[in-house]
Amino acid sequence: MTTDVSRRANRPASSWMRAGRPILRHVALIVLGIAMIYPLLWMVASSLRSTDVIFHDIGIWLTEFKAGNYLKGWDGIDQNFGHYLINSTIIAVLSVIGNVLSCSVTAYVFARLHFRGKRLLFSIMLMTIMLPIHVVIVPQYIIFSSLGWVNTFLPLVLPKFLATDAFFIFLMVQFIRGIPRELDEAARMDGCGHIRVFARVILPLMGPVLATTAIFTFIWNWNDFFSQLIYLTNPDTYSVPVALRSFMDATGATAWGPLFAMSVVSLVPIFLVFLFGQRALVRGIATTGGK
Amino acid sequence: MSVIGELRSLSRSTANSDRGAKPRLTKLAKSEERTAYLLLVPWMLGFICITAGPMLISLYFSFTNYDLLQSPQWTGLANITHMIHDRRLHASLLVTFKYVVISVPLQLAAALGLAVVLDKGLRFLPLYRSIFYLPSLLGGSVAISVLWREIFGATGLVNQLLEHLGVQNPPAWISQPSTALGTLIVLNIWTFGAPMIIFLAGLRQVPTMYYEASSIDGASKARQFWSITMPLLSPIIFFNLVLQIIGAFQAFTQAFIVSGGSGGPSDSTMFFTLYLYQQGFSNFQMGYASSLAWLLLIIIAVFTAINFFASRFWVFYDD
Repeated sequence: MTTDVSRRANRPASSWMRAGRPILRHVALIVLGIAMIYPLLWMVASSLRSTDVIFHDIGIWLTEFKAGNYLKGWDGIDQNFGHYLINSTIIAVLSVIGNVLSCSVTAYVFARLHFRGKRLLFSIMLMTIMLPIHVVIVPQYIIFSSLGWVNTFLPLVLPKFLATDAFFIFLMVQFIRGIPRELDEAARMDGCGHIRVFARVILPLMGPVLATTAIFTFIWNWNDFFSQLIYLTNPDTYSVPVALRSFMDATGATAWGPLFAMSVVSLVPIFLVFLFGQRALVRGIATTGGK
Repeated sequence: MSVIGELRSLSRSTANSDRGAKPRLTKLAKSEERTAYLLLVPWMLGFICITAGPMLISLYFSFTNYDLLQSPQWTGLANITHMIHDRRLHASLLVTFKYVVISVPLQLAAALGLAVVLDKGLRFLPLYRSIFYLPSLLGGSVAISVLWREIFGATGLVNQLLEHLGVQNPPAWISQPSTALGTLIVLNIWTFGAPMIIFLAGLRQVPTMYYEASSIDGASKARQFWSITMPLLSPIIFFNLVLQIIGAFQAFTQAFIVSGGSGGPSDSTMFFTLYLYQQGFSNFQMGYASSLAWLLLIIIAVFTAINFFASRFWVFYDD
């Protein structure tokens, strides 16, 4: 009904135009969509071509598959690439565990418990979300290196267990506020302490926000370059991004094929997370932006 | 509610709560407080040891000369004087400002435009949304920066395409000072998917009755956009603007990989963070690097403050 009224109120359009509009919109979106992901498709295609062809073929159709780049890239630098994949996986998975545990406990306290200084601490916590890492990286590096932790994963992972990713605390606080208080109170009546209320009542209900946290933590730490570049200087401890960079430096512009092949490999985990975690991802971003 | 909304409501309500009745804590409340502090131990440890402590140390380092070999030497304002005369720093500031001021508005405009188009109850919406969103997940990775280096190389994808179209001698984008930064700006715009999804969620919350009522009154689509969509979406635009500006000031990976760590050609991709990295972790000028870090913090704080101030004139809160 209402759309009829609105159509009539607008300039009259001939019927074919009205029918054509959505189609035009789809065509435009499809063209733009292809333009957006074309570089990615082209990278995958190029990784299956020999290096001299990469610079002559802008298409993404493959006449033959050459796995050679993958074999060459896999053994590219000191260690095989699997080693770096394992390192990155360890870093990302430990970060996920750390963030899920520490941020959820902290968020529960801020969302549910009453204590003096709460407002102040909560404001401080919110402010740290916007703090650039650069303003702490130098002293952190000096502290961690004096502890002998450079070239271990500790500087990258330990902070996650201390709830330093305040963004996720905030996300979880928002979520917990949406859980009816009656549930806590019922459990309190039954004699549960706050810690048990958290573990038995709140935490099991936090599934969606924990999934969002886990996925973002995984992707951000898989992609993270700045701090891994600083802390991982021994090829044994290289993560995927640092190894890729070192591979690029070592081969210059001579080995685009293998370099592309390993770049593709490095993006596979993110792509899988994207495929299977899309709902949590979209919901996660969508809820962060409300007013 | 976003971080910004939360801070707003906190700052508004400080006046009337927390003050006034401060009843003596009952036994129960006391035990709750004890539990709260106990559970906050990890966060407090993190805050003190990983964030606040290093921040203060970094502030101290800012006034020293420290090369990691000898203990830091107090040099007063020497680092600041050095900043004033440091040509490369000025170049890097200019590059960073350009990057922020050009890429963020374009990225947000793309995000908003696509969100408005996608919000029209289109078929295959989830598919389009995924395709536009994917680049923003991958964009920060080293792999994509490697790809960018090839795409905009002298014989890269873009130039092959241009040659097919008959363009003679296209520029070697990343090795030419006048175009290198542009390739990084394009990369940032390419990742418009994340703000687009935030806009989409915001558009969902605009009550359809506003559009219905206004179209009965004969408002055009353009008029509806400017008089309904924009005001109601302005808090979300503001949120995205603040976050993307803060993020863009900290961009690092793209410039590092595309320029091979040098910030070149002729410092044209010398992002502020890259210069800071070079000073601190290539030249081991930890004192100077710390003062650069504080300068970055101050710049981000000033930009954010200006944003908040300006928001009074264009952001519409209906609460």
